[in-house]
Amino acid sequence: MSRPEDTLPPDLFYNDSESRKYTTSSRIQHIQSQMTHRALSLLSLRSPSLILDIGCGSGLSGEILSTFSPETNPGGPHTWIGLDISSSMLAVALEKEVEGDLFLADAGQGVPFRPGTFDAAISISAVQWLCNAESTEESPAGRLSRFFNGLYASLRRGGRAVCQFYPKNDEQKKMVSSAAVRAGFGAGLLEDDPGTKSAKTYLVLTVGGGELDG
Amino acid sequence: MKLLTLNFLTCARKACKSTTLAFPLRPKDAELEIVEADLEPLFIRNILPRVEWEALRTLCQDLGLPQLPPAAPEPAALFAPNPSDPSIPSDKLVRPGKEGEGEGEGEGEGEEGAPTQTLKDLHHVLLETTIREGKLVCGNCGHAYAVKEGIANFLLPSHLV
Ligand SMILES: [Zn+2]
Repeated sequence: MSRPEDTLPPDLFYNDSESRKYTTSSRIQHIQSQMTHRALSLLSLRSPSLILDIGCGSGLSGEILSTFSPETNPGGPHTWIGLDISSSMLAVALEKEVEGDLFLADAGQGVPFRPGTFDAAISISAVQWLCNAESTEESPAGRLSRFFNGLYASLRRGGRAVCQFYPKNDEQKKMVSSAAVRAGFGAGLLEDDPGTKSAKTYLVLTVGGGELDG
Repeated sequence: MKLLTLNFLTCARKACKSTTLAFPLRPKDAELEIVEADLEPLFIRNILPRVEWEALRTLCQDLGLPQLPPAAPEPAALFAPNPSDPSIPSDKLVRPGKEGEGEGEGEGEGEEGAPTQTLKDLHHVLLETTIREGKLVCGNCGHAYAVKEGIANFLLPSHLV
């Protein structure tokens, strides 16, 4: 199976029928919500916070952030702002009347919020898209650097970000995490079910040198 | 888009990053919509110190909304004194009446008293007042970001990145 990010840029790949497929597939929904819960536990937010969701898609993660749950979202409900490059995905989110604000935006172009805006950020299965450049003037390194610099600035001190992504290989894993470190983040890579088909990679980022205890 | 979100938004262009003129973006031809949202008192308390009050005041003026006070409310103005607080003599307590319903629900709410009208007003302007259609204009470069059905388009053509 070819990886979607190798065939087309995400705004073209997630056209209307792909968006609907992605959002209605219960297997994908299940994995996505599992990963969101994992990311939330790594963020360990204690009270209702302002969260940036990078690559929010149809709002699957957002719906979890918006719902208080003593077990899985004890600090919630949170208020979130979502960015996505696919207007078809955002159209599905709009239909579902999700509670977060939605932006049609390319995280590889930066994060358009003033310094210290967010308590935390979350990104599920999106960052690998930044590793392919769609034109010759944009290098993957340039896009990753604009994204992480923007993300770093938009988080308040002591803030955290958790990005689950699907690195193509070790080289890409390294490229992503070192771009985050260059932007100023404290960074750790966490792997669930390593070496299996369902391996999941989480990049856990801290602002202001906070210790990772996750 | 909630007015809260607009209070944190800047122009996306790299050239505008270093100037103070790129914040706040000014709405043009804005069509507002009130979207009811659950009151989340602890969120309001958390976010209030980060709100640029002057920008919010100007925004409300521009949109023809009721005038906000010159300074942001103090945190103490957000909650009525807690009836269970032993430092307040019980005869000085004014029961918040109907406003007190929902008291004690949810975790972490026990420490605070009932949300005041000030807090509810903030909730209404920040989280329930939204821009449904219109444009957001950068004060530095003049770029206008379109808002359609509440979704702002921040995709930049590559020559503007
Ligand atoms: Zn600008």
